[in-house]
Amino acid sequence: MRSATQIAADVRSGASSAAAELDASLAAIAARNDELNVFLHVDVEGARAAAAEVDAALARGESVGALCGVPIAIKDNLCQVGVPTTCSSKILEGWRPPYNATVIERLLAAGAVPVGKTNLDEFAMGSSTENSAFGPTRNPLDPTRVPGGSSGGSAAAVAAHMTSISLGSDTGGSIRQPAALCGLVGVKPTYGLVSRYGLIAFASSLDQIGPFATTVADAALVLEVIAGHDERDSTSLPEPSPSLVAHVNDGVAGKKIGLVRELFDGADESVVTAVRAAADALGAAGAEIVELSLPELALTLSAYYLIAPAEASSNLARFDGVRYGLRVDAPDVTAMMEATRTAGFGAEVKRRIMLGTYALSAGYYDAYYGQALKVRTLTIAAFTRAYQQVDLLLGATTPSVAFAFGAKTADPMAMYLNDVFTIPTNLAGDPALSVPFGTGEAGLPIGVQLLGPGRSEAGLFAAARVLEIADGRP
Amino acid sequence: MTLPDGWEMVVGLEVHTELLTKSKLFCGCENHFGSEPNTNICPVCLGLPGSLPVLNREAVDFAMRIGMALHSTVAPSTFHRKNYFYPDQSKDYQISQYDLPINSGGYLDLPDGSRVSIERAHLEEDTGKSTHLGGSGRLAGAESSLVDYNRCGVPLVEIVSGPDIRSAAQARAYAAELRGILIATGASDGRLEEGSMRFDANVSVRRSGEPFGTRCEIKNLNSLRSLQRAIDYEALRQIDLIEDGGVVRQETRHWDEGRGETSTLRVKEDADDYRYFRDPDLVDLAPDQAWQDRVRAALGPMPAERRAVLVSLLVDPSEAQRDAVEVVIDLGLERYVHAVAAASGDAGLALARVANELAADVENVSNLTSEAFVTTVSMEQRGDLSATQAKRVLAELLINGGEPRAIATALGFEQLSADSLGTTVASLIEANPDEWQRYREGDEKLAQFFIGQVMKLTKGQANGKAVIAELQARR
Repeated sequence: MRSATQIAADVRSGASSAAAELDASLAAIAARNDELNVFLHVDVEGARAAAAEVDAALARGESVGALCGVPIAIKDNLCQVGVPTTCSSKILEGWRPPYNATVIERLLAAGAVPVGKTNLDEFAMGSSTENSAFGPTRNPLDPTRVPGGSSGGSAAAVAAHMTSISLGSDTGGSIRQPAALCGLVGVKPTYGLVSRYGLIAFASSLDQIGPFATTVADAALVLEVIAGHDERDSTSLPEPSPSLVAHVNDGVAGKKIGLVRELFDGADESVVTAVRAAADALGAAGAEIVELSLPELALTLSAYYLIAPAEASSNLARFDGVRYGLRVDAPDVTAMMEATRTAGFGAEVKRRIMLGTYALSAGYYDAYYGQALKVRTLTIAAFTRAYQQVDLLLGATTPSVAFAFGAKTADPMAMYLNDVFTIPTNLAGDPALSVPFGTGEAGLPIGVQLLGPGRSEAGLFAAARVLEIADGRP
Repeated sequence: MTLPDGWEMVVGLEVHTELLTKSKLFCGCENHFGSEPNTNICPVCLGLPGSLPVLNREAVDFAMRIGMALHSTVAPSTFHRKNYFYPDQSKDYQISQYDLPINSGGYLDLPDGSRVSIERAHLEEDTGKSTHLGGSGRLAGAESSLVDYNRCGVPLVEIVSGPDIRSAAQARAYAAELRGILIATGASDGRLEEGSMRFDANVSVRRSGEPFGTRCEIKNLNSLRSLQRAIDYEALRQIDLIEDGGVVRQETRHWDEGRGETSTLRVKEDADDYRYFRDPDLVDLAPDQAWQDRVRAALGPMPAERRAVLVSLLVDPSEAQRDAVEVVIDLGLERYVHAVAAASGDAGLALARVANELAADVENVSNLTSEAFVTTVSMEQRGDLSATQAKRVLAELLINGGEPRAIATALGFEQLSADSLGTTVASLIEANPDEWQRYREGDEKLAQFFIGQVMKLTKGQANGKAVIAELQARR
């Protein structure tokens, strides 16, 4: 599969067209979607219209943006006018948003062609895409295994070459973990870099939208398109989109990179080996590698599983059957709300709503939610301390390569532990990415994680590019 | 109303006021009462999935104005979510302020000289409006419910008083004074009948000198009269209960205006656990000094000060005149009185005309220029117009505007000449010899009798003072 950068260049030069690229994408979807369950909805009509618009603009001699004619897959928790948006939940089945997420508007303005909505763990709660009300997504690299989650569909779309790029959302690792399990680059930007307007919230203080891509340069390209201040999101950073693509080949010479023990301890041996090899590769490219310990990170998983469910319990209250989505009729409105929510939400969503409701309850707030906020403060302090010593941090993305279906569904804790390396940066609000580096069990890809302080995306891409080259993808 | 001997009531008020912003608190929808249902709505105030709130700075301006008028401290504040399920609440949580409100502390001085402390005045969003069909008109037992989300997201400021109020009349005076302040700040139109201001009253009773009793909260009182009646009823209910050996339960109560009584809405044990937490979709609100200074500079004088200025124009003001001053300030019409005073006219006469004639047709005062009003009052003062004629001229000016002298002429209000008035008075003296005799003997009340008779004969065109002059000349 060609990169998004290449596709955009070909469409712009006339060597290809947006319509032809869309046809190729639709053909790839048709070939494997039944098997893999990647897309919940393919917006053929809308995509053709968007592609036709790009081609017409080019024919008129107009310039089209950075994603000129590039098909892109969209996680189904992002709102797009008229396109069914479900969050993989029965409670939203059939709902068509009357407005576009800011990222959708920016993609369209840049000439991208959104082809459809991809599967996810219901309301982005999960690490395997097994929690979807519309069935699990399979890992294109080994269909007996999960693609990771919650953005499993968006990862699988790129891994199965249905599109060259896609958008996901990352609350505790939901982009980086599936990127690692599917052999892709996946980016969780600095909190506030990408507008959340139109992203159906799971945990508002943690959620960020970010790209999946096969190359570091593509990931940088997509992020550059979607990033930058948006007045519709109060938590949006005030600055315009940073320059990223231009810095992809900056290298790491003279950079200090911290190898964080807590970010790979306990991982499979093949993963630990890959992380150490990545450190060596960065060292060989001129970085100074420092081994670090951030003991506070051991607390972050517990804190995350209080903060995220607490926010979710409030964010998901609006799905009550009154205004949109599913309504199960009952004799009175309270009973209707209960019946609707009972029928509409899956088990994991209910579990987290209950967890979060409990954590915020009178008498328990201080012991649970309040404590978790303190851990969050400690986590931020720990990262701040680390970034006084080093420029970037290195660790594993996941404890293992892609696991088999059902391997962790019986034990929620085992599933939650899959996010142990990715969660800390969400709590801190800092950026991180996963880049493929080496392989593990059954030849499946391993992702290593690069982390940096707020707005250090350019540095992260430059380091990831070094690893990409060292891993044999020049 | 007085309470039984030895008893005292303790009342604190929570007043919700809608702000007169152009748009809603967190979105660009129009903030307008009376539109067709569900027309002033958008993804944000409907709480559609993925939508996000953005704070309206105009609402912050108004909130600060209110705080400054109440001598509060404007401080850095945050927004919290108050979580509870209700159909007219589009997100099933309300964005409000919790432990860090925009305005803390302060006080409000009442016209009787008492002072009520203010605990806080914070920003929050309003809910939509439900109409329940069938059953009792409440949610429970309704056959169906309709929801209008036009009001959802309208900015409110909730003003919480300290438990300083000791009578229903004082509560009413507090609410009335607060209303005047809200109007003066421009934050509210003070239209109680449209729900622009709504009152919750926390009422408890105690024997004098004892600690506070258990309080009950009466919800959603929407007129000054209901407020006063409900508090009186509730205090007496609690006293009766305690004197009969009962115990007051902490609960929320509903006021039934028709039956004139309160009833249990929910007891404390059933109270919602609102699970307040910081709204992660919003950032801290910390208006800088420059912003605060701008707001403070734009703040005009408050009603108490304006009343004092108006009273100072009167010579030995009577109780009735003080009441008239309140009416005039309440309606914001004092500029007319000031205009007459500035032209060295009779401020007392001007006050009476404003408090009566202008107040009766307040919707039309924009038709009446200060100059026209000054002219009319001076014509009446000079005796060119009788009181009745002056009122007619004002009524005409309020409806159509214009020039007072021209209107008087057009209405045929030529003052009776002294000659023809003299003839009329002489004939009345002749026709009423007994009354004339008693008047001559010093019964001044009979002057009114003769004035009345003259007015009858002249169809109100005579001037009362001129009649008295005629009578005295013949005495």
